[in-house]
Amino acid sequence: MRVVKAIFSHPSGRIGGAIVLLYLVVALLGAVGLTPHDPLMQYRIDRLQAPSSSYLMGTDLFGRDVMSRLMKGVGQSFTVAFFSVAFATLAGTVLGLTAAWYGKRWDTVMMRLMDVLLAFPAILLALLIVTIVGPGTWTSVAAISIVYTPIFTRVVRGPALSLKEREFVDAARTFGSSRSYILTRHLLLNLVAPLTVQVTLALAWALLTEAGLSFLGLGTQPPASSLGLMLSDARNLMEQAPWLLAFPAVAIMLSILGFNLLGDALRDILDPKTRRA
Amino acid sequence: MKPILSIRDLHVSFGQAAAEKEVVHGVSFDLGVGEVLAIVGESGSGKSVTALSSNRLIDYAGGRITSGKIELLRADGSVLDVTSAGKQELTGIRGAEIGVIFQEPMTSLNPVLTIGAQIEESFRLHRGLTGKQAQAAARDALERVRIPDAERRLKATPNQLSGGMLQRVMIAMALACNPRLLIADEPTTALDVTVQAQIMALLAELKRETGMSMIFISHDIGLVAGIADRVMVMQDGRVVEQGELSQILDKPQHPYTQHLLHAVPHFSSGTAARTDGARTTAPLPKPTLEVDDLVVRYPLKGGWFSKPVGAVHAVDGVAFDLMPGETLAIVGESGSGKSTTARAVLGLVSPTRGAFSVEAQAARPGQSRLPVQMVFQNPYASLNPRLNVEQLLAEPVIATGQPIDAAVRARMAALLKRVGLPEDSLARYPHQFSGGQRQRLCIARALMLNPSVVVLDEAVSALDVSVQARVLELLVDLQHEYGLAYLFISHDMAVVERIAHRVAVMYAGQIVEIGDAKSVLSDPQHPYTRKLIAAVPTIDRRNQHFELDTRQVPSLVRSVGFEPPAAKWLQHGADHKVRAEA
Repeated sequence: MRVVKAIFSHPSGRIGGAIVLLYLVVALLGAVGLTPHDPLMQYRIDRLQAPSSSYLMGTDLFGRDVMSRLMKGVGQSFTVAFFSVAFATLAGTVLGLTAAWYGKRWDTVMMRLMDVLLAFPAILLALLIVTIVGPGTWTSVAAISIVYTPIFTRVVRGPALSLKEREFVDAARTFGSSRSYILTRHLLLNLVAPLTVQVTLALAWALLTEAGLSFLGLGTQPPASSLGLMLSDARNLMEQAPWLLAFPAVAIMLSILGFNLLGDALRDILDPKTRRA
Repeated sequence: MKPILSIRDLHVSFGQAAAEKEVVHGVSFDLGVGEVLAIVGESGSGKSVTALSSNRLIDYAGGRITSGKIELLRADGSVLDVTSAGKQELTGIRGAEIGVIFQEPMTSLNPVLTIGAQIEESFRLHRGLTGKQAQAAARDALERVRIPDAERRLKATPNQLSGGMLQRVMIAMALACNPRLLIADEPTTALDVTVQAQIMALLAELKRETGMSMIFISHDIGLVAGIADRVMVMQDGRVVEQGELSQILDKPQHPYTQHLLHAVPHFSSGTAARTDGARTTAPLPKPTLEVDDLVVRYPLKGGWFSKPVGAVHAVDGVAFDLMPGETLAIVGESGSGKSTTARAVLGLVSPTRGAFSVEAQAARPGQSRLPVQMVFQNPYASLNPRLNVEQLLAEPVIATGQPIDAAVRARMAALLKRVGLPEDSLARYPHQFSGGQRQRLCIARALMLNPSVVVLDEAVSALDVSVQARVLELLVDLQHEYGLAYLFISHDMAVVERIAHRVAVMYAGQIVEIGDAKSVLSDPQHPYTRKLIAAVPTIDRRNQHFELDTRQVPSLVRSVGFEPPAAKWLQHGADHKVRAEA
């Protein structure tokens, strides 16, 4: 509650928070199907209609309502982003914590593996994985999780290494506290702040990666809609029907802006060094 | 004659607008040419803020001088009002007119540049020297602060030098431009007592040589006695008393000064040692803790195939025993192995060899498997900031696998009350407590499992003197109440004298002298113990001058398979033995 209050009193947090909240509502409505029209319904007579009162964002080549497709697409993109970031966070936290705690060979092997993953550009690595496994929603989730796991591993490992040497961990050892207790209570609990910031920022990147994969035809498959897929479909009709391109493009841009602003705000709020008295 | 620095009604604030908080409320003083003024006070009294206002360094710490006048007599005889001076003028006086040395020499130097490069820089900046000239000046500067082998030291990086050497380097840098005023902000707090004596002797000598004025900031009124001409006592941002040294020390007028003088643990050469020792009755009870031939070595590897090339002998053949209800103090300088010994007893460091036996006192409720508990030096670092007091106190109990039931909660409340913390503490977080309160919290946590031995690793060193005195009293009371045995690790002889029954002096990983506190402190036999005791600053010995000694501590690195010769002990009195030096 304190954090929510702090977000909305932070200048960029207010804007970022509002944008993210708006998207969450849209994504939820799209996911449960509360859209103005059926996103798959082809109104053949109304093909390539400009935005009007009946189709707020116009219609596409097949006469499908762009706004409904956009809402559904936001729902789809967010689902992929959330699941992939959740998996990446979980895997990265476990790997980072254990690498820091056990050190030695396990640390070396894990971190070099992560370095190899990091050396590939994110979208290229995702492409590689999708090409091997085949396109689809859950493949995108898997690919994006693998791409972002090294980042979380690093975010966790660094501070965990320094927390491990802190005196309160030594103190816990003198009581005979169990390893799992020290790892969760003394290490993980102190990592909540940097992780929260990282999760928020990773959501923005994951959205972009998902859009990229779908744009290339390797993510969400038609006739389902996603923001990247809509951009891809609109590419050839750019001059006749610019609204087909404009709305999904703005949607992607705004969502990333929102998460980034929110991430920056959270960084300010949760970092005790920049916290204002 | 005009004073070199004259401060009138100085007010300094921190924070912005609504959150602005005044920390110095109207301080006035004059500092004469060639005079040493000591500013004494506890943490938060505004002593550093006041001193650092005189060259406006306080601007960089987020402070703001809200009103008052600071007049500095410059070398050319003109008077500069520091409060209204521009950036240009301030840069001109910093370093050249006012030099500053800080508490932590390790963090004040750039770790990747050589000592030489860093000293040369101040000569380049302020005196415009270049190349060979700057190098020669840097060497002279190091020689001036009595660093042996200065030529070679210039090429060393900070990590290759000891704390005392680094503080000398800092002094050399501060003196590079012959400042007429030197501000020393707790310059010896981070150093060992024998090194502290060296730095104090050096400062006194430099002052005599150059005739510069000095502001010496310290929390230790005993230390100030050896160097100051005048003393100013501060409390909560106000000057409570100022005057000549002898007047303040011998006839303090203000109750706070009296309190400070009283609270400072005076070292009185063993005459104030405790007399309630456990070894007065015969036959001796069974010791709570016995340590025999404890050895901790860290192998050093080198070469292409990581062959062992030697070992750091951190602790070498330490043996002692500890009776129930007894305090054994282990004293020594940093690197002497005293903390490693304590950590080995707790199992935080695995010993290379050695035997322990810990006698758990039978039938104690809630006794853990580990009857040894520890209180650390830094109460800020040894408590997890994200846990509240209840969770902190519950941790040792959870570790033993017991449920947190009503009995445990009752014990928490009782212990909190016993160590003098408010009853509503359970839901609060560590940052809501002061340093002294946190240390009490750590003590309560260590007692949750009813240990028979508590290791106190510099447990009161980080506390202000008056807080320190009260925590020591609490420790003595708890010892009587629960029959606790303390292993008290400290470098502070005065504190040791007040709490120890027995003293063990460690040097280079070995115990060189051990025995009854009164006997060891009043009649030290080993040359190192004598040196250690002679270095303790006291108010009574204020006129004594320290000899400068630039010998290095022997290296602890030994070749593979090296075994020190078995110790030969000379008995000196009933419970006092000294290691015979070969």
